[in-house]
Amino acid sequence: MRTLTYVEAIREAHAQAMAADRRVFLIGQGLWSPWYAGGSLEDLDREFGRERVLDSPVSENAVTGMAVGAALAGMRPIVFHPRLDFLLLAMDPVINQAANWSYLFAGQASVPLVIRAVINRGGEQGAQHSQALHAMFMHVPGLKTVMPATPVDAKGLLLAAIDDPNPVLYIDDRWLYSQAGPVPEEMYRTSIGEAAVRRIGRDVTIVGISWMAAQALEAAELLTNQGIEAEVIDLRSLKPWDQSRVLESVRKTRHVIVADPGWRTGGASAEIAATIAAEAFHDLDAPIERVTLPDTPAPTSRAEEQAYYPEPEAIVATVWRALGRSKDQAGAAA
Amino acid sequence: MSESGEARCPCHLSIGQEAIAAGVCAALGAGDTIWGGHRSHGHYLAQGGSLEGLFAEVLGKVTGCAGGRGGSMHLMDTEQGIPGTVPIVAGTVPLAAGAALAYKLRGEARVAVAFFGDGALEEGSVHETLNLAALYRLPLIFVCENNLYSSHLHWSERRVADNLNQAGAFHSVPSQRVDGNQVEAVYNAAREAVVRARLGAGPSFLECRTFRWRGHVGAGSDEDVGVRRRGELAEWLARDPIQRAEQELVMKLAMDLEPHRAAIDQEIDRALEAARQAAAPDPRRAGEHVCAR
Repeated sequence: MRTLTYVEAIREAHAQAMAADRRVFLIGQGLWSPWYAGGSLEDLDREFGRERVLDSPVSENAVTGMAVGAALAGMRPIVFHPRLDFLLLAMDPVINQAANWSYLFAGQASVPLVIRAVINRGGEQGAQHSQALHAMFMHVPGLKTVMPATPVDAKGLLLAAIDDPNPVLYIDDRWLYSQAGPVPEEMYRTSIGEAAVRRIGRDVTIVGISWMAAQALEAAELLTNQGIEAEVIDLRSLKPWDQSRVLESVRKTRHVIVADPGWRTGGASAEIAATIAAEAFHDLDAPIERVTLPDTPAPTSRAEEQAYYPEPEAIVATVWRALGRSKDQAGAAA
Repeated sequence: MSESGEARCPCHLSIGQEAIAAGVCAALGAGDTIWGGHRSHGHYLAQGGSLEGLFAEVLGKVTGCAGGRGGSMHLMDTEQGIPGTVPIVAGTVPLAAGAALAYKLRGEARVAVAFFGDGALEEGSVHETLNLAALYRLPLIFVCENNLYSSHLHWSERRVADNLNQAGAFHSVPSQRVDGNQVEAVYNAAREAVVRARLGAGPSFLECRTFRWRGHVGAGSDEDVGVRRRGELAEWLARDPIQRAEQELVMKLAMDLEPHRAAIDQEIDRALEAARQAAAPDPRRAGEHVCAR
């Protein structure tokens, strides 16, 4: 199969969806810029015309609200926020309006909208250009949230999000853009709410989200050399999330690490850990461990920034800590 | 219903502001949509929303226009061009613009109307939407119902100048001030805006001056807010938009209003009775429709 990068896969999903369905259009900032969206929307305006690819003024709130209204009027909009931080200016249309609409009106209408937002961690961009805020959105009923970690899912989840009759927040991470992998040419969908087992192992389960799923795979390689076989689950969807696949794996390995690219307190990892504790407590041989960002904003200077983002080694160390606290230490480390 | 407590959900009555809803909706055609806020009973009825659906919704019945899920502040009748009203101030203003964008992208000659109060001009999203609507030349009509009060605050406690009619100018949206208690004046202004929108000439902004007779929420008249309002209310009661419309009908067309009044009363009684008889939603189904399938 042909290989694409993550960013090429995102672009292809947009292009195929727009070619296949007149209702699909794009609105947001940076759409006509050669660099703003990191190549993920390159030349879509030339291919489909600037009436359908609207590079908008800096009005996140109203632009997102317009996308909600267009969705209610029968379109399939994709509203683009080049930095997830700026989506905070549009919380009303996303949460009060789009997420509530189906429930509020007893299912008589829903909002088939894709809200795409990008995490731009690193690069000395500081606290307001790099936040991973997925947990805030995961909290909201009626809003689906997906975070692809591979090129194949970057395309498949975007196409699934466009098809979905509900608002779907699609969060991609600039650090994943250069990842390459096999991507089918046809239009296919990655089922929202389904996790993927990226690596089978018997000793410990690492549940990874987005960038941290990629880090977890690297950690698993390091662990193999140390005699530990980790099972890596790429969660892919945060809401709904694949509880059964995670629990099944945890019951097998009896040890679990949740690796989340967001903050710790009230984070996605907390929800996942709580569910595992409630549903599989007696299947665990060791306490649930988490690898997250510290509870601080992102620092800017490179020296501090490098310490801020967990590397695969941090996951490895956390795995060893879990195994060290295991009821069956000898068995787990054998 | 609001007075007696039969309606438990917060009701923001539009009594005294009827001419704006009636005048604007009369200027619209099939396929056009109206978007409203917390005070939208009038918009919903003027656009042809079911009266029984309104009563039942306010009473929290399963036959309500939102299945009892929304209450007074969430009215919808998609068949009649009412996609939904919401109480977040200015919440539907960008949504209306989005609908207008959809009509434009599909090449349809449809128009969207955003109804909002004077308080909504204090929300940034209205100013953002004015710019976007002008930029994209959207078939959108901004209808500001300036009833002088935002909840308990008079306009002079919220602005230094009485100049909402200038809100559109900065964004190149033609704006005018209209007597919102004169249905014909509202209709004429709305018709002009509709023609503009259908011709592809873009949005318009109407500031319709009016006054709400009752409190911000509920049936009271807000007299606790201050002595001044009591005097103001007396002045505005004399400008009753319905009485003025009736006088016109009698004087110009020599209409006999009695049969109409009787028919309306009957319709209200019938709708209210049906709403009262209807069942409440089943709490076992309260988890349904969080997501559409």
